[in-house]
Amino acid sequence: MIQVLLFAGLKDKVGASTLDIQEENITIDDLRHKHLAAYGADNLLDQAMVAVNEEYAEKNTILKKGDVVAFVPPVSGG
Amino acid sequence: MQKFWITADPVEINDCIKAVVRPEAGAISTFIGIAREYTKGKRTLYLEYEAYVPMAVKQLERIGNEIQLKWPEARASIAHRIGRLEISETAVAIAISSPHRDEAFQASRYAIERIKEIVPIWKKEHWEDGTKWIGDQKEQIAYKNEKIMEEAEE
Repeated sequence: MIQVLLFAGLKDKVGASTLDIQEENITIDDLRHKHLAAYGADNLLDQAMVAVNEEYAEKNTILKKGDVVAFVPPVSGG
Repeated sequence: MQKFWITADPVEINDCIKAVVRPEAGAISTFIGIAREYTKGKRTLYLEYEAYVPMAVKQLERIGNEIQLKWPEARASIAHRIGRLEISETAVAIAISSPHRDEAFQASRYAIERIKEIVPIWKKEHWEDGTKWIGDQKEQIAYKNEKIMEEAEE
């Protein structure tokens, strides 16, 4: 299982702050297109950076069992 | 003493100052970002900040490490508030200590700019006529990973 975390506008659009994906050994891009395309949040997902286990990651990163994947919309702290 | 933290409680710049004061310091520069009521004439009622807390703390620590690479004698402390903020309350507090003023001023500016690039914190504006999550305040045309993956090289 892979856990997906969503924040801010992306969380509002999807209607959930976490999603559990019953698959592993897939890339972030696979996750994005195979499992997240149905939420109608394509623009927000495309704008987001991605972090795996709390570190920013490239979109070809392969996700393993138990990984936590966060979609990070453009940040606005400060 | 912790030097980088995210909190739902009010942020006090003095806590950041205390975290960086040391005998080698001859200067401490401070910066606070506060909740603005008027943005180009539009009135904000209050702000709401959300963070991916454990990662945000790591990214604040990373900024501290980047500062130490760029200005080896500078030390940083950064606190960021989350939750509901009333107008003029402190959203972010930064203190930098260094032997001389120049590094402290430079590193302080660097810290706030990096926060706006890499720290997973989001601001939601609450206006009289609606709300909006704010993104990409630096107005980069493409919000891509380059700024994120780039390390402090100097």
